[in-house]
Amino acid sequence: SQNRVKLFPLAHVDTTHFYVQVMLHKCNLMILTCISFQACHSEKHLGQYYTLPSAHIRTLFPSGLPWRYQQQVKTFNEACIMVRQPSLEVISYLKKTDYSKPALRYLFYGQKGTGKTISLCHTVHFCYTQGWLVLHIPDAHQWVKNCKELLPSSYNASRFDQPLQATTWLRNFRLTNERFLSKIKTKHRYMWTKREFTEEGSLLGELVDQGISRVKSSSDVVGAVMKELRLQSGQPGSDFRLAVAVDGVNGLWGRSTIKKEDKSVDPEELTLIYNLRKLMRNDWTGGAIIATLSQTGSLYTPKSAYLPQELLGERGFDSMDPFIPVSVPNYSEKEFESCYLYYMDRHWLQHPQSRTEEGKKELVFLSNRNPSMLDRICGFL
Amino acid sequence: NLAAAGPEKFTLEYIQKQVEEYEIGKRHLANMMGEDSENFTQEDIDLFDFIYLFFLLKQICFYFQHPDEIFPKQRAVQWGADGRPFHFLFYTGKQSYYSLMHDLYGKILKIEKHQDRLRAKGLFSQDAQLISLGPSRWLTKEELELLLVETISTHDYDRFIKLMERMLAMPYSSTEEEFVQRYRRQLEAQSMKQMMPPLEKDENGVAFSTAEGRRKTSDSSVILRDCGSGHITINGQDYLQYFPVLQDREQLMFPLQFMGVLGRFNLECTVSGGGRSSQAGALRLAISRALLSFLSEGDGEAMRQAGLLTPDPRVRERKKPGQEGARRKFTWKKR
Repeated sequence: SQNRVKLFPLAHVDTTHFYVQVMLHKCNLMILTCISFQACHSEKHLGQYYTLPSAHIRTLFPSGLPWRYQQQVKTFNEACIMVRQPSLEVISYLKKTDYSKPALRYLFYGQKGTGKTISLCHTVHFCYTQGWLVLHIPDAHQWVKNCKELLPSSYNASRFDQPLQATTWLRNFRLTNERFLSKIKTKHRYMWTKREFTEEGSLLGELVDQGISRVKSSSDVVGAVMKELRLQSGQPGSDFRLAVAVDGVNGLWGRSTIKKEDKSVDPEELTLIYNLRKLMRNDWTGGAIIATLSQTGSLYTPKSAYLPQELLGERGFDSMDPFIPVSVPNYSEKEFESCYLYYMDRHWLQHPQSRTEEGKKELVFLSNRNPSMLDRICGFL
Repeated sequence: NLAAAGPEKFTLEYIQKQVEEYEIGKRHLANMMGEDSENFTQEDIDLFDFIYLFFLLKQICFYFQHPDEIFPKQRAVQWGADGRPFHFLFYTGKQSYYSLMHDLYGKILKIEKHQDRLRAKGLFSQDAQLISLGPSRWLTKEELELLLVETISTHDYDRFIKLMERMLAMPYSSTEEEFVQRYRRQLEAQSMKQMMPPLEKDENGVAFSTAEGRRKTSDSSVILRDCGSGHITINGQDYLQYFPVLQDREQLMFPLQFMGVLGRFNLECTVSGGGRSSQAGALRLAISRALLSFLSEGDGEAMRQAGLLTPDPRVRERKKPGQEGARRKFTWKKR
């Protein structure tokens, strides 16, 4: 049986953020260290799990986590992420960067199902706990396909608006960055229609509300928000750091399946994509850009492509260059052990064979230590 | 009423003409190729491709063979100008068969006579000199029909075999061995032992073995290395990408898991043809064969009993005319 030892929070530290829960497993291995305060993460925590508080999940990731992982969170009633080398590397860089220089771009790449999105979420959570402003686009591919409504843009006649996607994103943005909305003020004046406009110096919160209530101009509001944040971060007056996190960044420079009157629309002609591309340029300071490549959602790319060059294409690579590529591999032996013990601990593996050594070897063989494959196999054991 | 004619009957003159043309054609070909026209044999002709022959001889000849091999053997006319048949058993209807039986019985009588002579001399011994035939089988009914150039019934064939067996069972039948061998065909010796691929060692001293496997239309070849890490590559790609379906990976895993050597070997596989399931089956067979050289006799026997070493003989059944598929018939309509 396991001994669950809960140490009560240290008196002089803010209780909402700092509690340590240590669980000792049967074989006396400390495999699960649930540390909520990420700044404590270091090399020696590699392979161990930590819990994300559920309040953070609700605000930070209304739709940012992978679907299967969301199901797992619901089943286990907790969200545990494994500390792995790629995210730890990026977090260590983020701790050490000089924020007066232009923003650095980090790119997670790897084979299908190795944990790129989870690494991104881990890094985003770190930024959130550090008090940064998080601009999280859960999946850039959602903006270039399956668009139900396409309006011609009010600002620029050659471009197209996507009101539905823009409003959803604005709602999520408002949920995530509640505390900044009343602090940041706009520096420009924006005219939406003949009678509606946003004055210079008004709060960011008002701008966002404007976008949510007036659906027609929501894409332009998104563009305005991005522009404001880009200009303001890194300025001496601002007290926030901007983290731009994009999942499936190769969708920005790929092709789209949206058709307007039987003519395929180029991603460049979409307002959202256009503004996001401007944000991805490293001409602003005081923050960082973290992105992942994704082949699964991408359009017209071969299944075997996973390297940045192949998925971003020429244009994408030139725009993203220079960036720091971070490879996300399959589980190492230690990480596999940790994951296996986690599932055992949660009583997820019910089959008697899976508790034996032989069963473990079979799992290694069948999943080739690929995180998502292992998750799928363990799902019915 | 036009009764159905049998197989086309070629007259003797026609066949002779074909033979002459064949000879002439052979000489032409030899002259064109600059070879020796006198000693130009069928083997030399077989080396040429059909298309080559077409361009050379300016006519379509699908095969350039001696007419004896092309036209089926036929009986020459059995009776003379006066109408009297040549063979004394002509009026039995199956003259070759009955003459064969007659000869056979004659041989049996000869052997019995030989035995009597020996008995008279006092040299007879019961268990002497039975014919040793080696690994061979009797001629099948079809082959016998071809030899005799006439049809026989199964009953006749059985009687022939029984008579042969009776003759063989008699002592001192080895005198007629040459006669009997004419009606036997050799078999390849089949060993009961399994073919094990040899165990080789490459430059780094790592023991490895290679084996091949086949299933439906897929061919696969596997190199099994005794490295100690369970790394698997198929056609240069990771096996997780090549077989996204769990079932195929389970097929790959089966021989290794059965023997309990899951993490021990490195597999380097190549596979081509067929679909995903048949490729997995071919790989499984190749892995089990390659594994034989690393394991003991008992383990090999266990694998054979598990069915891992048996090549799956099932292939796609042919679609028949008048049916929609191999077995499925068209929808039956009452009217």
